[in-house]
Amino acid sequence: MSAREEILQRVRGAVADVTTPVGQRPVAPARTVHDLSDAGALELFAERVADYRATVIRVPTADVPATVADALAQLGCRSVVVPSGLDPAWTAGLDAAVTVLPEVEATSHAQLDAVDAVVTAARVGIAVTGTIILDHGPDQGRRELTLVPDTHVCVIGADQVVPDVPDAVARLRPEVGAAQPLTWISGPSATSDIELNRVEGVHGPRNLVVVIAE
Amino acid sequence: MTTRPSGPAGASPAAYAPLQETSPTFVGMPKFPTAARAELANAQQRKNLRHATHTIRTKRGNVVREVDDWEALRVAGADLKDEALTHLGDYLEQLESSLTANGAVVHWARDAEEANRIVLDIVQSKHVDEVVKVKSMVTQEIELNEALEAAGINAWETDLAELIVQLGHDRPSHILVPAIHRNRSEIREIFLREMGQVGRPAPADLTDDPPRLAEAARLHLREKFLRAKVGISGANFAIADTGTLVVVESEGNGRMCLTLPETLISVVGIEKVLPTWEDLGPMLQLLPRSSTGERMNPYTTMWSGVHDGDGPQEVHVVLLDNGRSHVLGDRLGRQALRCIRCSACLNVCPVYERTGGHAYGSVYPGPIGAVLNPQLRGTASDIDKSLPYASSLCGACFDACPVRINIPELLVELRGTVVKNAGNTPESAAMKAAAWVLSDPKRLAVAQRAATTAGRFTGGKPLRSIPGLGAWTNARDVPSPPKESFRQWWARERGKGDGR
Repeated sequence: MSAREEILQRVRGAVADVTTPVGQRPVAPARTVHDLSDAGALELFAERVADYRATVIRVPTADVPATVADALAQLGCRSVVVPSGLDPAWTAGLDAAVTVLPEVEATSHAQLDAVDAVVTAARVGIAVTGTIILDHGPDQGRRELTLVPDTHVCVIGADQVVPDVPDAVARLRPEVGAAQPLTWISGPSATSDIELNRVEGVHGPRNLVVVIAE
Repeated sequence: MTTRPSGPAGASPAAYAPLQETSPTFVGMPKFPTAARAELANAQQRKNLRHATHTIRTKRGNVVREVDDWEALRVAGADLKDEALTHLGDYLEQLESSLTANGAVVHWARDAEEANRIVLDIVQSKHVDEVVKVKSMVTQEIELNEALEAAGINAWETDLAELIVQLGHDRPSHILVPAIHRNRSEIREIFLREMGQVGRPAPADLTDDPPRLAEAARLHLREKFLRAKVGISGANFAIADTGTLVVVESEGNGRMCLTLPETLISVVGIEKVLPTWEDLGPMLQLLPRSSTGERMNPYTTMWSGVHDGDGPQEVHVVLLDNGRSHVLGDRLGRQALRCIRCSACLNVCPVYERTGGHAYGSVYPGPIGAVLNPQLRGTASDIDKSLPYASSLCGACFDACPVRINIPELLVELRGTVVKNAGNTPESAAMKAAAWVLSDPKRLAVAQRAATTAGRFTGGKPLRSIPGLGAWTNARDVPSPPKESFRQWWARERGKGDGR
């Protein structure tokens, strides 16, 4: 018998006492529903992202290009990789001295390792946990784009922020159904492995800038 | 021609061992009290552990209090894991077909040896001499690194704490923060001494400042990430209906290993299955708050097989039993398979806080280890026999458990198993004798007369030890027997004065 058959036989034999049919779960206990208004959720989101020592900037949508350019300049970023589907306006304000590398031209890990920053959109934001979620659609790019460079500037629309984790999970059902990869980001890379001292920045981007476009 | 007696029709030939074999590292491990005694002598470790467990405990308390309906969330977590476990066969088949539809290759492994062979075969087919690894309890359980190294393949651990443990030729002592027994100056020494042996050396002017140490790890590992062809991981969750694997982490080393290599191999215990995508909702609220005491961990990666043009283009998933189906067969004990390896029970345990993780003789330490190890491996060895007693049964672990595993209840149950398997012992003989005496008033009166006679000799002083009961009395004083029992006093004062 194959390992597969044998394991399946074992696990079925092990629960021979169970009579509940598959999918017939006990009624889930009632959960508190967050009565956050849209404005309240946004406020909380900004606060909780900042709690992770990420930089949070709230601006009117029209000011996104200038804000992105300014954030990159402040961190001294001289080169930036840009996903194929990113709104071109968002990088239109960059200083002429900044090298822009389109996603399609970034073909090797080493190339990305030499780039200072990445600018992306996001798919969903979670207020309670201060999380941004990427579904790696065209305006967010392949997963390695937001991983290898040391600075990540992420622009998220106010209407993309939901109150809590289950809301985000529900909203992402279509993307997961379409087998898209997801990356959940809550603050910059961090470790507490040395005497439990929190150190920001181990392997992922050490600088995370979240621009909230309202 | 001889015929063998055949089993009942349809019986499986050559069934695999139901129990997990103790991995080579832990064979011959002494019983818990012996191992604990050595660990307790390490003052530095006790100081580190106290600091660590109390810090995480406080952080956890703060973020759990933020959630109004934490208890409802725990119940939801326990229920959804129970749904998965009690219909595991169905959900495993569903997981397999969704993974396959997403382009992943699914393998099944009955035990550690089979899992290691599957992984090794894949790695060797890629003609590489190294792999990068995400911290994973299950690959520690099966001792995959040792199996790869025996075949000449370097398995680089990339989690900072795991790197410290690996470079220090050491063992992890905590599920979440495996190098918690090391302090910063020890880490600096390990980095300076060892990094150069296996790759980019630590900067010569390295200090013991944690940011500098983390920077050294970043530089050391980056070249390994960028060149690695094969990555190896576990998974926190495997979602049956969407064929999605989930890895929860902090540093970004997980994202590196899951994204940059061409081939990704994930070893997943069969109990990691969640029925539906929506089940992640409760789980991603429970796990980070219980584990690191954060509202959310910095990075979570979710992948559903192969993603065209993004990340590994060859994705393998190894579904591992290794004793789990045996645990599932125990109606009460199967709740231990709900465990999501958050380590909240370790951080609240008064025993773990003092002994640390090494004394538990397994990669799973603390209260959950005291349950899981004897469940998975049986209670034949000294260490597994002693683990159910490595607890004061205070119940803090049950309170902290995000999926409501009743650890104290399971420990008591396992103690019963240990006693039953032990057969006749001095203790069971003493209990039988006590039952015989206590079941008859005349026998009790005789025994009490004997005791009060002895009491007149000991003069009311506590007894420091009783011959033959060394193990019981070396940590306890026995009160001196009274000069008169209550029954004797009653008879003298109120009972016609015959004063037996």
